Amino acid sequence: MDLRFTAEELAFRDEVRAFFRSALPVSIRDKMVANKGLAKDDIVTWQRILNTKGWAVANWPVEWGGTGWTPVQQYMFQEELQLTPAPQPLGFGVTMVGPVMIAFGSEEQKKRFLPRIANLDDWWCQGFSEPGAGSDLASLRTSAKRDGDHYVVNGQKTWTTLAQHADWIFCLVRTDPQARKQEGISFLLIDMKTPGITVRPIVTIDGGREVNEVFLDEVRVPAENLVGEENKGWDYAKYLLGRERTGIARVGFSKERIRRIKELAATERAGDQPLIEDERFREKLAAVEVELKALEMTQLRVVAAERNRADNKPDPASSILKIKGSEIQQATTELLLEIVGPYAMPYQPEHDEDERWNEPPVGPEWAGPIAPTYFNTRKVSIYGGTNEIQKNIIAKAILGL
Amino acid sequence: MDFDLTEEQRLLKESLDRLIGDRYAFEQRKTYGQAAEGWSRELWAQYAELGLLGLPFAERYGGSAGGPVETMIAMEAFGHALALEPFFATVVLGGAFLRHGGSTEQSAALVPRIIDGSLTLAFAQTERYSRYDLADISTTAMRDGAGWVLSGEKGVVLHGDTADKLIVTARVDGGRRDPGGVGVFIVDGNAAGVSRRGYPTQDGLRAAEIALAGVRVGPEGVLGEPGAALPLVERVVDEAIAALCAEAVGAMAAMHELTVDYLKTRRQFGREIGSFQILQHRAVDMLIALEQARSMAMFGTMMAGEEDAVERHNAVSAAKVQIGRSGRLIGQQAVQLHGGIGMTMEYKVGHYFKRATMIDTMFGDGDHHLRELARRGRSQETR
Repeated sequence: MDLRFTAEELAFRDEVRAFFRSALPVSIRDKMVANKGLAKDDIVTWQRILNTKGWAVANWPVEWGGTGWTPVQQYMFQEELQLTPAPQPLGFGVTMVGPVMIAFGSEEQKKRFLPRIANLDDWWCQGFSEPGAGSDLASLRTSAKRDGDHYVVNGQKTWTTLAQHADWIFCLVRTDPQARKQEGISFLLIDMKTPGITVRPIVTIDGGREVNEVFLDEVRVPAENLVGEENKGWDYAKYLLGRERTGIARVGFSKERIRRIKELAATERAGDQPLIEDERFREKLAAVEVELKALEMTQLRVVAAERNRADNKPDPASSILKIKGSEIQQATTELLLEIVGPYAMPYQPEHDEDERWNEPPVGPEWAGPIAPTYFNTRKVSIYGGTNEIQKNIIAKAILGL
Repeated sequence: MDFDLTEEQRLLKESLDRLIGDRYAFEQRKTYGQAAEGWSRELWAQYAELGLLGLPFAERYGGSAGGPVETMIAMEAFGHALALEPFFATVVLGGAFLRHGGSTEQSAALVPRIIDGSLTLAFAQTERYSRYDLADISTTAMRDGAGWVLSGEKGVVLHGDTADKLIVTARVDGGRRDPGGVGVFIVDGNAAGVSRRGYPTQDGLRAAEIALAGVRVGPEGVLGEPGAALPLVERVVDEAIAALCAEAVGAMAAMHELTVDYLKTRRQFGREIGSFQILQHRAVDMLIALEQARSMAMFGTMMAGEEDAVERHNAVSAAKVQIGRSGRLIGQQAVQLHGGIGMTMEYKVGHYFKRATMIDTMFGDGDHHLRELARRGRSQETR
């Protein structure tokens, strides 16, 4: 047992850190630090910088542009990205549909889509959730009927993150309405420009526009856009949802948050002293730091175990990372909210790129995004399988209950 | 970075697990606890035979030169067994004092006797009003020619009733909470002026209140530098906390296993109670608390040998906070999920609960260490 990384690993970390520091545009970093929303351009610009370096799809096999890094290197890459803080490569392509295509897609699909995912030439969004199918994802009803060499898709998807930017959507659709609910589902790739698709924004409680409803009305999709086999889509979706093992805990991200919390708490006052000197505040902060250290160690144990795993099956321990990681992210936003105090109140919609407020900030210049970030971060224990669903997974897969 | 055990460590773990499996069934434990000393001399001899009592000591004294990881393996196994023998008091605490503060002569005289099982130790630190402040010492040590004379009262000395020698903190100088002026002395358990009142603890171990009335200690009984020994005490306690965390993880893991088994076998309303989602989620909460605690016990273990005292303190404090939080959650839920049977002396889950609860009160509970982290964080920032 040893906490130390090897000299090669440390050199790798330094290289990654140095690259992120020098290559990330300052304007993007500033937005990340201040929890401001990123524009589409910011995300595209950064991913193309990464892609030029050969690091946009670090997790993929080498033949499709991956790096061949060890689990420790993958972990360090994620950690440094979050610590910088820099945007993640767009997950819908890089960690979701890309790996599914690599595992189950046709050669034509791989050649056609994978390079464009890496360079973010195509913006993908995820068409899984439906109004009637949230945690019970397999009860989805959007249908796809075969009609010659096309599928005709009808239905509605929801919570579709950043669909307003998307060129493509990967959808779970029901192709066999007679089969048991998990067995009649297929995985379909749909061009967002196809006639019959309507995207409607859902404004979330923070005032932001991040998620959307996507309506599909008689949408004709070429049959060649089916991934793998018809009615096997549920297996592919499970593969997708369980794949991300490191990075899911967002340890680096929360560490950066805590740095920010200390910085801001030193500028605000509680009585005759800076808030950071307040005993109650310090203890709450220390409690979150202990939780985060424990999570970091748990994550390292998962990374270390991954080296010893022969199979490519998801580790149910990643559900633990998801639960604790989301709880800690939420705790950091509560501390930020406490720091800003009464100036949490003014609503300053800089968060929304479409209606940027051109007036000078009310109160401290950093105050605007704090309350929206608190509201918005409630999502992290809901998306990607709610924490309650994660507990069901652990109860079944680890405890055998 | 790895969390794997070496081949030798794996063998150590296996032999411990075998020993515990053979000798530490719940009913056997009850018998050991009924002995006058509250633990089994016969098992102690077996530990010696297996080399367990020499784990952390240098080879030149007959030890096997293990480090914190070996101690962790042993303590976790003892935690799982709810072992009663004074391994923690003698080998972990006493051993650390000799390793870090003992002269060559002291080590040569005492360590081989620890290793062969003929010498037990106890650490007499706590006083009636000291709580968890290691520098809060009213017991005095007055110079007396080449030696010292100790006077005062020590409390809740784990295995202090039977220990052959006591390791006593005393003040040679300064005010009651002064970090300077602390000395550490080895006192014979039966020395003139020592009176001991032994008693059982909540968790089935034994401890003692100890009065020292003008107890003479020769120069051979001085550990470290009298008046400047607090760093020695802190170092030993840091190692001890890491070891306690491992013991707690053993006990927590046992509680979790028992509870999950119970959920799978106990039937109510015509089905296994483990089929109820609310109980499943409770069991998952326990698992998460256990894994976070295990992570921090490993972290504490790997940092226990750190030379930078502030980093070491912070690491073990963080570990102790996590152990305290996790131990309380797992212990309470283990009893709750067992229902009535969890409340009884005849079933073992309650005994684990009691041990985990008492571990939180040893060398600082979760809140104490959280305050310490908050306080040290501030002094680091202003440094």
